[in-house]
Amino acid sequence: MSGLGVWNYVIIIFLMMIGLYMVMSSSNLVKKLIGLNVFQTSVFFLYISFGYIEGATGPVMQEGASLYSNPLPHVLILTAIVVGVATTAVGLALSVRIKESFGTIEEDELHTMDSSL
Amino acid sequence: MILEQLIDIFLLVFLAIISIAVLRIRDLFTAVMLFGIYSLTSASLFMVLDAADVGFTEAAVGAGISTILMLATISMTGREEKPLKKKGAMLPLAIVVITGATLVYGIMDLPPFGEPDNPVHTHVAPRYIEQSPQEIDVPNFVTAVLASYRGYDTLGEVVVIFTAGVGVMLLIGRRRKRKEGISNE
Repeated sequence: MSGLGVWNYVIIIFLMMIGLYMVMSSSNLVKKLIGLNVFQTSVFFLYISFGYIEGATGPVMQEGASLYSNPLPHVLILTAIVVGVATTAVGLALSVRIKESFGTIEEDELHTMDSSL
Repeated sequence: MILEQLIDIFLLVFLAIISIAVLRIRDLFTAVMLFGIYSLTSASLFMVLDAADVGFTEAAVGAGISTILMLATISMTGREEKPLKKKGAMLPLAIVVITGATLVYGIMDLPPFGEPDNPVHTHVAPRYIEQSPQEIDVPNFVTAVLASYRGYDTLGEVVVIFTAGVGVMLLIGRRRKRKEGISNE
């Protein structure tokens, strides 16, 4: 593989790794969820890049077009986007509950409280 | 067609810059707003890659609903993040660098970007494109696959959303009831 296409995939992996780093290094739970979303979106980019065909039109039938981009990754990612928002909503609701019960959503403070019990 | 790929790379670089800004910034309100910009930019990236339906969904659901949910959450949990501690910052960095290097090694074996005879385009997708106008009679292939060929996927998605809705209501709704109980006692 060569040319611009390599850079497409390299930057997608760079985004993925930024998301992973955000999940691991941030102590704030909301920031962790943003990191999780960044990671998730980069996986979407990867799938949509697989479905892309150079010079093709979008997957809607039209006169005179013979080459369409692959509709299957688009369907999978449509489902994944909606499911991703649903899981993010549950995660945010959990952080609200943690804030109410413990008074903080910083992970290291939660750890010290947990070990002092 | 090289222009399309240049726009693709440009938008991806833009996304990388935004995500670094989100990582560095300590104010959560700014981080959430930057993440909204990130979602909108990714919606335009999906449009460039010929995925119009995905672009619409990302703009509506990713940039709209997620941002609102996160804003509602930080209004209840506070908008300042504690500064990072220097101790123990090397381990995540090492893990990320190793994982990234492995993945970059892996992508070298991928088929070329945007070629029409890649393995992914030779299996079931041509059948959907050729047969769905007769079988489903919907001009949009994505809709035909989503609602008919893979309808059970969409049913499963609805079950997931329902479960998530019930989960959120149990987590946030119970709190109100208990507070009322406490005030009654």
